[in-house]
Amino acid sequence: MRFAVKATSGGGNGKARAGVLQGWGSFQHSVETPALLLSTRKGLPSFITPTSSRLYRSRTRASFTSALSTCESIACPPHGPCCSLYTTHGMPFIKNHFEHGGLRQMLGLPEHLFVSVGRDSIDSLPVIEGTNKLGASFETPSGRLLVRPEKYMEIISSLKPNLWATLADEVPAWAVEKRNKASVERTIRWLDECIALDPVCDLGAVVGGSSLEERSRCAKEVAKRNVSGYWIGGFGLGESMEERPALLNAVVDNLPEEKLRYVSGLGLPEEILEGVAAGIDLFDSTYIYHLTLGGLALVFPLDTVDKSRRSPFDFPPSSAVNDGTKINLSSTIYRKDKSPILEGCGCFTCRNHTRAYINHLLNVHEMLAQILLEIHNTHHYLGFFRSIRRAIGCGTFDMFRQSFIESRRELFVSSMTCS
Amino acid sequence: MALRFEVIGRFNRARAAQLTLPHYIVKHHCTIKGLTYSQLEDIGCQIILGNTYHLALRPTAELIDDMGGLHKFMNWDRALLTDSGGFQMVSLLHLADITEKGVTFQSPADGQPMLLTPEESIQIQNKIGADIIMALDDVVKTTITGPRVEEAMYRTLRWIDRCIAAHQRPHEQNLFGIVQGGLDPVLRDICVKGLVERDLPGELTSKGANLFDSHLWQLRYWWSFGGEDKDSFWRVVAQCTAALPEDKPRYVMGVGYPLDIVVCSALGADMYDCVYPTRTARFGTALIPEGVLKLKHKVMANDERPIDPTCSCMVCKTYTRAYLHCLVTKDALGSQLLSYHNLAYMMRLSKELHLSIVEGRFPDFVREFLKAQFPRGDVPEWVCNAMEVAGIDISSCCAHLSAPVYKASAIPIADGEAPTFGKEIGANSSGAVPLLVIISTEDFLQAIHFFN
Repeated sequence: MRFAVKATSGGGNGKARAGVLQGWGSFQHSVETPALLLSTRKGLPSFITPTSSRLYRSRTRASFTSALSTCESIACPPHGPCCSLYTTHGMPFIKNHFEHGGLRQMLGLPEHLFVSVGRDSIDSLPVIEGTNKLGASFETPSGRLLVRPEKYMEIISSLKPNLWATLADEVPAWAVEKRNKASVERTIRWLDECIALDPVCDLGAVVGGSSLEERSRCAKEVAKRNVSGYWIGGFGLGESMEERPALLNAVVDNLPEEKLRYVSGLGLPEEILEGVAAGIDLFDSTYIYHLTLGGLALVFPLDTVDKSRRSPFDFPPSSAVNDGTKINLSSTIYRKDKSPILEGCGCFTCRNHTRAYINHLLNVHEMLAQILLEIHNTHHYLGFFRSIRRAIGCGTFDMFRQSFIESRRELFVSSMTCS
Repeated sequence: MALRFEVIGRFNRARAAQLTLPHYIVKHHCTIKGLTYSQLEDIGCQIILGNTYHLALRPTAELIDDMGGLHKFMNWDRALLTDSGGFQMVSLLHLADITEKGVTFQSPADGQPMLLTPEESIQIQNKIGADIIMALDDVVKTTITGPRVEEAMYRTLRWIDRCIAAHQRPHEQNLFGIVQGGLDPVLRDICVKGLVERDLPGELTSKGANLFDSHLWQLRYWWSFGGEDKDSFWRVVAQCTAALPEDKPRYVMGVGYPLDIVVCSALGADMYDCVYPTRTARFGTALIPEGVLKLKHKVMANDERPIDPTCSCMVCKTYTRAYLHCLVTKDALGSQLLSYHNLAYMMRLSKELHLSIVEGRFPDFVREFLKAQFPRGDVPEWVCNAMEVAGIDISSCCAHLSAPVYKASAIPIADGEAPTFGKEIGANSSGAVPLLVIISTEDFLQAIHFFN
């Protein structure tokens, strides 16, 4: 794997960077960063089949998958205990199943980039009480799993993702200091164990909770190891938006500049911008999934630098229905709305269907609503990332970020005065 | 839009024709469950059926009209067909009552008594804007006998007149009537003549009670769940297809199991619709030539093969049974992928039926089909009976029928003469009743189980 930084931007410290992740082996494409990895359930997007994925016209072929949520669902019979995955009986099965092409072959997506991490923000959440010195504990649909580094590595070697993160002990923001310290120790120890088993293409996990010292310490330790990049975990587990930039910086400042950085758990556009400003290259987010389930569609303007080209909203922003960033298509306002979700959007849903149709589908609880929404939301969010990359390339990232946040603030304010 | 129907091949009663693909797909709420219209086009779907009853409830016909019609609303530019709404009402609602004025029922929204008249049914369908619309008919259960059947038949004729009068868009939408008369050939004939007189653009025969005279003959089958009587089912179909003019397509509503489709095609029906493929997909069942495959079952967890090695749909080319096993019933994508496969399978079945008739190898196709579905030769009795009437020799598929005593011969169909029900059995082998070996109850029950 090759990663190279192509451009940097960002006012005072110039930390935001645009780079290129280049492929090897079966993955011959390149991914421009900052990039969004699409969250998957069991390897595929929640609602879209791969042939439909061309419908959001993305050149991104990068998906994120939780190693655990994929495996436990495949190897375990529905009624069986989750530990069947981790017994010797379970193992041969996995080996046979994935022998040839691993995840890519099983999912029929040979040209995609897959990145695997232990945690999945929807299905496999880390459980700090369960984690002990032997392994990390996760709450999954099949129950609580305790994952040891060796087992984790076996799963990884079966899945054969393009990139993977080492096993980490993530703690939420409110963990006590002692626990936090322990998590850092364990994570580093497991990192060493994982590297010993398979030293290729790994992302060293960096944790540290809400403590600046722990974050820096962990980052420094991991930086000493020979890894291909860094996966920064422990976010999205309860820290506030105010403290995050400092924590991110504490980590990033101690990592070498030329290596890839990937953060899990940041979802909202503002959070992404924060991450980019701190120098992160890869993100995964459950934002799209939650929006889609809620019947919401993204409509925020992608190009905020040029204020004159704001996308017109049919209705004045009212907080319940339209806060300027997303619209709630279940609302009766859209019953007769013949316009597409977003004027000018080139995705399949906007080119072919109207808001009224999706409103109807949501009302009668048809699955097609989620399919169409996921297509649009994914397309839109990937477009957002494109704007970010463009802004970095032009050297105007700070301005982009500033005007984006301001325009959101304006809309919030005006929506509050309306309601 | 004039529907042309041209028979281009036949074997006994079965026909292959140029009209549309001999299959419909039922759509429910302006969408096939979980598939985009581009996926449907990929599979080869030509015409979709819309449920007037459901559409009138949500999103209401007025809204669809405001949106420019159902074609524009769901962005489907191929053909659309709507039912009159009467059937759903009578079969779904408990307190539906049929009077001369129309169908009175309790509105599911607020419990208020409502009335669906023929005029209103047509008006709703005018607003929805499908290419083919149905007249409201007096729906009675297939197997009912007695004065009710006669009443229904005459009332249907009276209602047809009202429907014709109320139809606002006769040049854009083809109105189809339904022929009533139950199993009584005399009543049926009266109905047929009555409808022909009215010179409707389209004709439908509904299985059992309703028979439409239109460009299509539509058979509406009142599906009684949990033990429908397959024996009377095929007899009704045979009877109706025998009675209806040759030059018009026959549409059997509500028939969806692949076996039923093959049998009905052998008996002379041309078009079908059913919720079965997509509904069964949502329960994790895939359709294959051998019958069904229950992907929920734990043996599927280790099965690396595609659902159907002979199928060329996207799902079978990309995914294994094992992967689908972990998706079905738990993830939306599972039911989507299975629906896609099941619909592709149905399209393929229709195409193969069509081609086999055109190429003159229909009986071989039927035999192959039955052998795949019943490898042990335990073809159900009703299928054997039906095939005999259809004039197809399936003795090689039936273990119990390979005794040399059995003789199946083609039934002579006199031109223009409709063999009545009583005559059909007797017409075989010069008046003598053919010898049919009764298969054991266990075998029969097993066959039923296969489809549940």
